[in-house]
Amino acid sequence: MLKISSAPHISSPVNTRSLMKGVIIALMPAVLASLLIFGFDALKVLLTSVAACVACEYLICRYLLKTAPTTGDYSAVITGILLGFNLPSSIPLWMILIGAFVAVGIAKMAYGGIGKNLFNPALVGRVFLFISFPQQMTTWPLPHPGKFFAADAQTGATTLGILKHLDSESLSNTLTKYSYQIDNIPNYLDMFLGNTGGSLGEVSALALILGLFYMLYKKIITWHIPFYYLSTVFILTSIMWFYKETPELDPIAHMLSGGLLLGAIFMATDYVTSPMTVKGKTIFAIGCGILTVVIRIFSAYPEGVSFAILIMNAFVPLIDRWCIPRVYGTGRK
Amino acid sequence: MTKTFPTGGIHPQKYKLASDIAITDAGLPEYVSIPVKQHIGAPAKIIVSRGDKVKVGTLLAAADGIVSAPVHSSVSGEIVRIDRQEDSSGYYEDMITIKVEGDEYIREIDTSGKLIKNIPDNPEEIMQSIRNAGIVGLGGAGYPTPIKTTVPEGRKAEYLIVNGIECEPFLCADDRLMQEKAEEIIIGAKIINKLLGIQKAIIAIDENKPQAIEIMTRLTKSYVGVNVRTCESKYPQGSEKQLITAITGREVPIAKRPIDIGCIVQNVGTVFAVYEAVMKKKPLFERIITVSGDAAEKSANFRVRIGTPADFLINKIGGLTENTAEVIFGGPFMGTSVANLQAPVTKLTSGILLLSGKIAAKEPETACIRCGKCVDACPQGLMPFEIARRARNNDFSQLMQLHARDCIECGSCAYICPARIPLLDYCKISKAEAKKILKKQ
Repeated sequence: MLKISSAPHISSPVNTRSLMKGVIIALMPAVLASLLIFGFDALKVLLTSVAACVACEYLICRYLLKTAPTTGDYSAVITGILLGFNLPSSIPLWMILIGAFVAVGIAKMAYGGIGKNLFNPALVGRVFLFISFPQQMTTWPLPHPGKFFAADAQTGATTLGILKHLDSESLSNTLTKYSYQIDNIPNYLDMFLGNTGGSLGEVSALALILGLFYMLYKKIITWHIPFYYLSTVFILTSIMWFYKETPELDPIAHMLSGGLLLGAIFMATDYVTSPMTVKGKTIFAIGCGILTVVIRIFSAYPEGVSFAILIMNAFVPLIDRWCIPRVYGTGRK
Repeated sequence: MTKTFPTGGIHPQKYKLASDIAITDAGLPEYVSIPVKQHIGAPAKIIVSRGDKVKVGTLLAAADGIVSAPVHSSVSGEIVRIDRQEDSSGYYEDMITIKVEGDEYIREIDTSGKLIKNIPDNPEEIMQSIRNAGIVGLGGAGYPTPIKTTVPEGRKAEYLIVNGIECEPFLCADDRLMQEKAEEIIIGAKIINKLLGIQKAIIAIDENKPQAIEIMTRLTKSYVGVNVRTCESKYPQGSEKQLITAITGREVPIAKRPIDIGCIVQNVGTVFAVYEAVMKKKPLFERIITVSGDAAEKSANFRVRIGTPADFLINKIGGLTENTAEVIFGGPFMGTSVANLQAPVTKLTSGILLLSGKIAAKEPETACIRCGKCVDACPQGLMPFEIARRARNNDFSQLMQLHARDCIECGSCAYICPARIPLLDYCKISKAEAKKILKKQ
């Protein structure tokens, strides 16, 4: 029996599932880095997060929406990994369950599932936890590379945390345990490799950049969002540094610290929550960059990537309306 | 420097299995069924009746008005049926069925293989030959060639572009024709030059046809004004608008024709047919067809008489194999799938493809993930996802703003969509709706 179908009779080998698989492969260097740096705790956090996100989507599809579960497209796995990446390795596991429910249940499924959500689910989950459990969310175990099963005995501050604290300290003039740490800002090599405190996935710049190159090579994402995002941050922090607004942290340290690379490579490039056209992506990425710097330098929070991306997510429908491509034959500008 | 169009486009796998296979004669089937409408415009008027004896080249149906084209017999024999029969797309069309007896040509046709170079001086005479031969655009559009080669009052032809870009996967008919009949094509281009009153012709070939480029470049050296331009292998480079932009940098304005910006594009097959009509007095009763596919036992490029049933050709390459899931008339992007394998080859059939389930599989549709790949792929700068989203909800209020009528139906969007949304179907529906709105205005 011959098949009858409408044109085209051929389709690209790339489908949603293979794209998502590609992103997961691109995340693997950072997963390995987090296991090396934070040991067994990292594995526990990541597994819990992925399992909770997938289970949440499956259960909602199955019992609440009563439709075929969409977990087969692996997007919930990515949300799980990214949520885990945004958490410190010492976080209690039950908090991850709450984070996963907010990420997938509220930020994704309540909007109608994959493709319909306005905000990046992993970031919503992360910010929810950050606001609800500030204590646990900002306790950063120090890295213990090589010692897989070592407990996270020591905790320390992140690079950005140290600096933000210095700021407030000079105002309140209270003594804290961080006061000595101005000399302890990690060097570039430690920040590049990930030998520093921070969330699971954000510490190793090297691993994240490997993931970026993989996604560019596989044409999963285009270069526009990471490039314009990082360039904006670099240029603005350079100006700040040059005018001695932030003498402690030079632009390169800004690039390597906090969740900037993780955000610029994996969060801001999320298909669903970023604009569709190159022009839109450019505006979106520059907006993310500006907001990140503003929050990092002027706000009470040490880190601004999550908020920056979430705020720009809200502008995506508007940006998409502005940035429609030029139609063939309508005259060149 | 290879040329290409700047917006959109995709790079599908090429599957040019037949590019090194020489053109062979498909031979004569027992019966041929020749449709009277193989072109855009009015169907030709039948001037023969059942029982008539015809020869190869006998006029069967005459052009009905300006936008029409005559149809000739492709075989010699007896007319046994004149009625409506199912064509390749499943519609019933008026066809003339001839039982093949021998292979006798009408006297006027020069059947020698001799190359004739002296082009008639009188453009009117050339035009008459093309009109009488029933030549239409063989690239697939089927627009009657006499209309396309007439420069309307107030317009001036500047570029004649001979379209040697065969960007559909599998198809190699044009490629082979350029390799084997290069000089005839060049002379054909000079003939059309004469009609247009210009001296220059550009033969555009995409870079995955190195032999055709080599042969054409060598032969054009001895013809003043004819030049070869190499284009990037990109789909849909062979689309008229995209090719014009690649070669000239100009864009055909919306709702205008190429001639409005001084361009005329003719497919190499059409140009070859023009050569044969003018120099050999041969009506268009046969064409080159690629019979191939990933499910086919072997591939071939056949010279096929118009009206030959598809299964006759499929049997020539080993028949319908077990893993054939879909049979396509034309290319995999713009062709149509065929259920009736007795459907005849027409002037517009560029290929018959046997596709396996692996290529022709239609995966289930999933939700749009807003990846923007359809926007990046659209050579027309449209937003297929938005057109589709609205068409799905029967919202046709934004058709003009979304430029739905400017869709060229290349299928790049649907090919690239990772969620397997049938974007082209929605674009076609929207285009039809847009045309309705325009008609009302």
